[in-house]
Amino acid sequence: MTALVLRGVRPYGEDPVDLVIEAGVISEVARPGSASGRVIDADGLVALPGLVDLHTHLREPGREDAETVETGSRSAALGGFTCVHAMANTDPVADTAGVVEQVWRLGQRSGLVDVRPVGAVTTGLLGEQMAELGAMAHSQAQVRVFSDDGKCVHDAVLMRRALEYVKAFGGVIAQHAQEPRLTENAQMNEGRLSGVLGLTGWPAVAEEAIIARDVLLAEHVGSRLHVCHVSTAGSVEVIRWAKGRGIDVTAEVTPHHLLLTEDLVAGYDPIYKVNPPLRTHDDVAALRLAVADGTIDAIATDHAPHPHEDKDCEWAAAAFGMLGLETAFSIAQLALVDTGLLDWRGLADRMSVRPARIGGVESQGQGLIPGAPAHVCVVDPTARRIIDPEAVASKSRNTPYAAMELPGLVRHVVFGGVPTVRDGALA
Amino acid sequence: MRHLLSAADLTRDEAVLILDTASELATVTDRSVKKLPTLRGRTVVNLFFEDSTRTRISFEVAAKRLSADVINFAAKGSSVSKGESLKDTALTLEAIGADAVIIRHGASGAPHRLAHAGWIGGSVINAGDGTHEHPTQALLDAFTLRRHLTNGEGDLAGVRVTIVGDVLHSRVARSNVLLLQTLGAHTTVVAPPTLLPVGIESWPCDVSYDIDTALTDADAVMMLRVQGERMRAAFFPSANEYSRAYGLNAERLRTMRPGSIVLHPGPMNRGMEISADVADSDRSVIVEQVANGVSIRMAVLYLLLGGNTKGQGS
Repeated sequence: MTALVLRGVRPYGEDPVDLVIEAGVISEVARPGSASGRVIDADGLVALPGLVDLHTHLREPGREDAETVETGSRSAALGGFTCVHAMANTDPVADTAGVVEQVWRLGQRSGLVDVRPVGAVTTGLLGEQMAELGAMAHSQAQVRVFSDDGKCVHDAVLMRRALEYVKAFGGVIAQHAQEPRLTENAQMNEGRLSGVLGLTGWPAVAEEAIIARDVLLAEHVGSRLHVCHVSTAGSVEVIRWAKGRGIDVTAEVTPHHLLLTEDLVAGYDPIYKVNPPLRTHDDVAALRLAVADGTIDAIATDHAPHPHEDKDCEWAAAAFGMLGLETAFSIAQLALVDTGLLDWRGLADRMSVRPARIGGVESQGQGLIPGAPAHVCVVDPTARRIIDPEAVASKSRNTPYAAMELPGLVRHVVFGGVPTVRDGALA
Repeated sequence: MRHLLSAADLTRDEAVLILDTASELATVTDRSVKKLPTLRGRTVVNLFFEDSTRTRISFEVAAKRLSADVINFAAKGSSVSKGESLKDTALTLEAIGADAVIIRHGASGAPHRLAHAGWIGGSVINAGDGTHEHPTQALLDAFTLRRHLTNGEGDLAGVRVTIVGDVLHSRVARSNVLLLQTLGAHTTVVAPPTLLPVGIESWPCDVSYDIDTALTDADAVMMLRVQGERMRAAFFPSANEYSRAYGLNAERLRTMRPGSIVLHPGPMNRGMEISADVADSDRSVIVEQVANGVSIRMAVLYLLLGGNTKGQGS
């Protein structure tokens, strides 16, 4: 079998090499121009390990009008991802071995990325009865991440038990931190603007209080906790404190919380309606610094496709969520690399290495060294593009970046040794 | 000015123009034949997603006195409750040929969406959206204040207004604070801390928890409706405690300046935020507010739909 050669590519933006891929692994890092085989000219482009998303809504089963595993996988591949974690809030909910295996098989069939199903913590996401976590862990899907995402596991006893229970199979609870009573009918970040707009406020404390409780629970029972989509400066402080104390907690932030602020809500366009809500400039600044210093471990998209009618309405009636897979790299570059907060190795750590480790995905995030599985994302940081919602691969169009010019283009993606994206299009 | 969505949309001169126009149009109401031909052939739709007989009737009378064709569209149940969506309703109205849509909606920002989502081409008038704004209420309040406190002319410079009640949930309070600022008045809002929105300190008004001190130098007090069910959501302990601490009664009225007036946007909870003897006292201008509402809404329709008496407006 002929080797695949990424010619002249710069791993992490460093000196150019020929990255040689054979039999699904990186076989050699060679002098540029020296390797032969099926050559992809990547002269001057930056190679990163394939991106890993800890937080993706693929909507299948149940909402195939918004996204399917197939369309979501295409969207992921074009975004530079080689692995996504499919959230459990489908219909039916991914709370049994049967459903997670179905999602896993659909991912295998599409074959563009590793689709790792996330299992629900509680049956039906109702927060009442623990789902069969062990059965999901031991299914073909080998679930390691459990989350009621979209809903908070707010019952302290249930959260404690779940944190304890998953230790038996190396699982992690990924908490959607949202105190439900403090956020009844909440529509946007609570602050000066929510008061002016007359939209029910979503106080930062509703997120921070749950995170504070959960890190203490994790410490008490000696478990591992992952915090989904951290959105406030206060949450960062709590997590920083917990890590300093030696608590086994990790956290993710979405691209949109690294860029967009609540001011966008002023026009009542529900394209900006998202859970957790867009926050303030100060929050964005704190989140960027937290990614830079490692307090926040991972960038996770919270890719949330919705059909047009669920956004083409008044604010209160609209669905929460925005697309993320196809713009995540660009936003991360804009917010973290172009600002000098992270170098390419740092970005690879937050978008590939650490999320793979958190998700327990051993085949991913292994870097660009000989012997590592050949999951590679090749980007052109100098390119710029204007985001066109009609041009996305997702089945939905609800991107908040429409008409924005963003830096960074995913040019080529190799998944398990096979090119999935060539020159910015599906291979 | 094409739409009226927020009191903040109005400059001082635009607001004064609306008040002056309302003064002129008010004379129509005093005639035996209460009708002008100004909007003949124009279609005005009352699109009410929430019950509000008072506001709807006020707009309906206003439009009819200007000879507009009025369609009342009571859209029970918005898309929130899986009825017809706001968009489809809007497209229907556009197809009918509505020149102006007056919208009352439970969702804050719904009028803004209607005006800016590209669904319709006509003017949009916000007749109350969620807990956001109710700009024509603020205009009619300003009109009433002006009649009693500044000889019915100009702006409200130097007038001191105290607004008391559920500011958090009140669209009337939001619009009034904004418009009173634009017109040069000095506003104080009074409420228990639970009924003030986060960020109130950035509003162009003073804030107090004590009604008694806030009444002493007020030229006018505006009492807001307080829904009894708020106490079940722990905003205050009981209706009685609220009434004792924040209700306007005869004793408190006596502490106010001579010539000061009492306003209420209605409907009143007599015995809750306002006692019956205050509501019916000669200092109360509550019934007059209703009449002024018609004049103000005539003025807004007149100016938005291109009736252009003084060569102003656009």
